[in-house]
Amino acid sequence: MTSSSPAAGVLSALSDDLSGAVAQAARSVVAVHARRRIPSSGIAWRPGIIVASNGTISREEEITLTLPDGASAAATLAGRDATTDIAVLRTDAELRAVDRGDAATLLAGKLVLAVARPGTSVTASMGVVSAVDGEWRTWHGGRIDRFIRLDISIYDGYSGSALVEAGGRVLGMNSSRLARSLALAIPGSTIDRVVDQVVATGGVTRGYLGIASQPVRLPEALRRTHNLGAGLGLVVVALEPDGPAEQAGVMLGDILVGLDGKPVGDPIELLAALGPERVGRALELRVLRGGQLVGVSITVGRRSEGRR
Amino acid sequence: MLDDEVAGLAEWLRRVTVVVRSGRHSAGAGVVWRRDGLIVTNAHVAASGPVEVRLADSRVFPGRVVRRDESRDLAVIATNARGLAAAEPADGARPGQLVVAVGHPLGLAHAVALGVVHAVPAAGPSPLDRLLRMDLRLAPGNSGGPVADTAGRVLGVSTLIVNGLAHAIPSAAIARFLGEADTHRAA
Repeated sequence: MTSSSPAAGVLSALSDDLSGAVAQAARSVVAVHARRRIPSSGIAWRPGIIVASNGTISREEEITLTLPDGASAAATLAGRDATTDIAVLRTDAELRAVDRGDAATLLAGKLVLAVARPGTSVTASMGVVSAVDGEWRTWHGGRIDRFIRLDISIYDGYSGSALVEAGGRVLGMNSSRLARSLALAIPGSTIDRVVDQVVATGGVTRGYLGIASQPVRLPEALRRTHNLGAGLGLVVVALEPDGPAEQAGVMLGDILVGLDGKPVGDPIELLAALGPERVGRALELRVLRGGQLVGVSITVGRRSEGRR
Repeated sequence: MLDDEVAGLAEWLRRVTVVVRSGRHSAGAGVVWRRDGLIVTNAHVAASGPVEVRLADSRVFPGRVVRRDESRDLAVIATNARGLAAAEPADGARPGQLVVAVGHPLGLAHAVALGVVHAVPAAGPSPLDRLLRMDLRLAPGNSGGPVADTAGRVLGVSTLIVNGLAHAIPSAAIARFLGEADTHRAA
């Protein structure tokens, strides 16, 4: 029986590499108990710092971790950024930070693993990188350094799990909460940026205007009169009292058609213009009001997410 | 080459995989557990009473369900087939290791699937925690078929799919079940 069983040299070596990679990454992957029912996964990113999927953190207090050795430890929420789906937790537990690989050189077709801990046991899934591209914006306007899409099955614990290469190094954090329910991954450099900001300021700063808007199609006549090519604008449907926009004279029903000299017709374009670097600086809007084009200059305000 | 090795492994595993037909049930799979024709399958594949067992070489034998436990979803079938290639059971699965499953998904006889171990059996609140979980695409008809490591050793028997995740009864649990069956017969 054994004598006639297949001698699988390369296959067995690959299998050992994969299980070895899972074991290596698992030393830095914890379970995060911050929601009802099934816990989510978190990654020991730096000494004392755990990163997790923001969408899986539904309570901000009484967060506990299950460590790789099965012990429990307390964690506190240091800050969270819904736009990139990254939550940053602090813990006093002694954990080994992940061995980092570089997602910047990742190519489509690379064999990867998702290593999760939706409870006491570590779980693994195998897939390939199905597509990579450059920097992109999430639908909440978060900036992600690289678009990484995986061909992998999504099970419990996928969001917040580690994206692991066959050599065991961690390239980033997986999330199915960034674009519909696609299996995407956030590269390590983006996680570093968010963690740096949270550690330095206790939260993630974003610019804000104090408006809510929704896209509208502009009447043909207005489009022609004002030479508005795209034919789309953002109608202001709510104004925060004394917010930056109201102070600058923006009114309910105004239709935003230009932003710093460029056309605007998608809320994501507005969010993209409100990165942390814009806080305190002027944003030049072009607004349709009563059929007339009006220029409005707004000083971008500051909004912090996370610790309040 | 890697692909030849997967093919060789699949071929080896096919030899220990049988088709089990039982009453009005649609066909499921079974594993030749001993050379003397003892077959292990799921209780939900083999109803009590006479069953039909088709070997990988297409020979068909009548079988008799000699033990069945619905709570563990295990059944043992005795046949008169002798001198068969039998599974070599193994334990100690590790998350991420490659696994190959053979079965008859949706009636397709002796189809092969390749995946990895998702989670190993653990003590947990749910009976599902004590099963071997696999990131592997299975379908109805895989039930009762073997799941093996890259050396062809059988880590378990496919039993069910929950939220897309394939579950297998680990070989250790099958060994315990067979041990109890022997004790039962002796008494």
